[in-house]
Amino acid sequence: MNLLAPYRDAQKVQSLAAELARISKKPAAIMEICGGQTHAILKYGLEQLLPKHIELLHGPGCPVCVTPASILDHAIWLCLRHNITLCSFGDMLRVPGQLGSLAWAKSQGGDVRIVYSPLDAVEFARQNPEKKVVFLAIGFETTAPANALAARRAKELQLQNFWLLVSHVLVPPAICALLESPECRIQGFLAAGHVCTVMGFQEYQPIAKKYKVPIVVTGFEPVDIFRGILQCIRQIEAGLAEVENAYERVVRPEGNPTAKALIEEVFEVCDREWRGIGILPKSGFRLRDCYAEWDASRKLPTFHQNSTNNNNLSTHCRSGEVLQGKIKPPDCPFFGKECTPENPLGATMVSSEGACAAYYTYHYKAKP
Amino acid sequence: MCLAIPGKLVSVEDSTDPLLRTGEVDFSGIRKQISLGFVPEAKIGDYVLVHVGTAIQVINEDEATKILSYFSQLNLAEEFQENENTNKT
Ligand code: SF4
Repeated sequence: MNLLAPYRDAQKVQSLAAELARISKKPAAIMEICGGQTHAILKYGLEQLLPKHIELLHGPGCPVCVTPASILDHAIWLCLRHNITLCSFGDMLRVPGQLGSLAWAKSQGGDVRIVYSPLDAVEFARQNPEKKVVFLAIGFETTAPANALAARRAKELQLQNFWLLVSHVLVPPAICALLESPECRIQGFLAAGHVCTVMGFQEYQPIAKKYKVPIVVTGFEPVDIFRGILQCIRQIEAGLAEVENAYERVVRPEGNPTAKALIEEVFEVCDREWRGIGILPKSGFRLRDCYAEWDASRKLPTFHQNSTNNNNLSTHCRSGEVLQGKIKPPDCPFFGKECTPENPLGATMVSSEGACAAYYTYHYKAKP
Repeated sequence: MCLAIPGKLVSVEDSTDPLLRTGEVDFSGIRKQISLGFVPEAKIGDYVLVHVGTAIQVINEDEATKILSYFSQLNLAEEFQENENTNKT
């Protein structure tokens, strides 16, 4: 059984597009939260199949893009000044902080290692007791179970040479922040399917109700995305604001209870800084007190930035507006000129899930 | 990095701590050792959704095939059936 082929079938996408054209009467702006979906939309050219009056706004759901420069600087500083082995997911390596990137730290002799799984970092620390190991635990709710498991494993093994530098972010508070903005023109959301795989979608119900906005849990293949858009437009046309699940094969209303239980044991909700956006209240996770021993931000030297410079490498980078769907990457004057994936000015051009990189990769030309 | 991809569970190694259960997952030919701590119900032959080395859900194959009925709702069942047949070949 090929699980993905039916969801990449061009004719099915065409049928959905035809249905969408039939039912869609009025202009609508829908935001896909997740960078993975932004990437798929551009890769498969899905926007070209939409009626002209439907606009897709690209949201803040790229964990690499929203991780603040201060966390990267802390990681780099621990690595270079305190002889720490820094383990990270591969896509964080080129993201610029103010000091540089992890790739730069590596070029300066820092011990930076790419791991596939957070548990690999724990295992590395266990096998190398002479090394001090920090894992850069970033991500949305999707990644929280794996990171929680790493924390639990470190505690179980009572490792004395392993810490997590946590910068976890949460989707629902970001949705609320976007909806609270006076310039907000989002009329419907495609909720991130893999975030909901873990968390379920019950917490979206009060948001849909309060802000009168439809929220459709959506997958990542072209057919999934088109189904999400279609269901969202159906609701908008009918004046409804409900939470619907268009990704039933993996998302259950309650999410994954085993994963949620461990997240609850390991993490607690805290205020969190989002790169380009600012501090959002109760929008992230930090380690609970019972995991303080393995918390890099509490147990290792803290890094104090001496500049209050903003979070983007270039002060002109407009990734904050890109991440909030206020502008599209080609609207940025640097897009494709001073700023390219080879020479990124902002995180949204570095990460493969970042909207700027997605537009660049799939041949969107810079504005003349 | 938010990518989560489906793969087929081909072997399981149990552990005294259920959260430490692992297994080998086949991603169209590439096999990897994956943590199964969050999918206690997963058994050999199941498809699981994997993110950063950890299975986060068992894919419901009934739901996966339900897309057929979804397309019939759109009155396009025939067209879909044709595609299915071409996909199988
Ligand atoms: S194109 Fe470059 S400079 Fe412009 S918003 Fe995107 S990352 Fe920032």
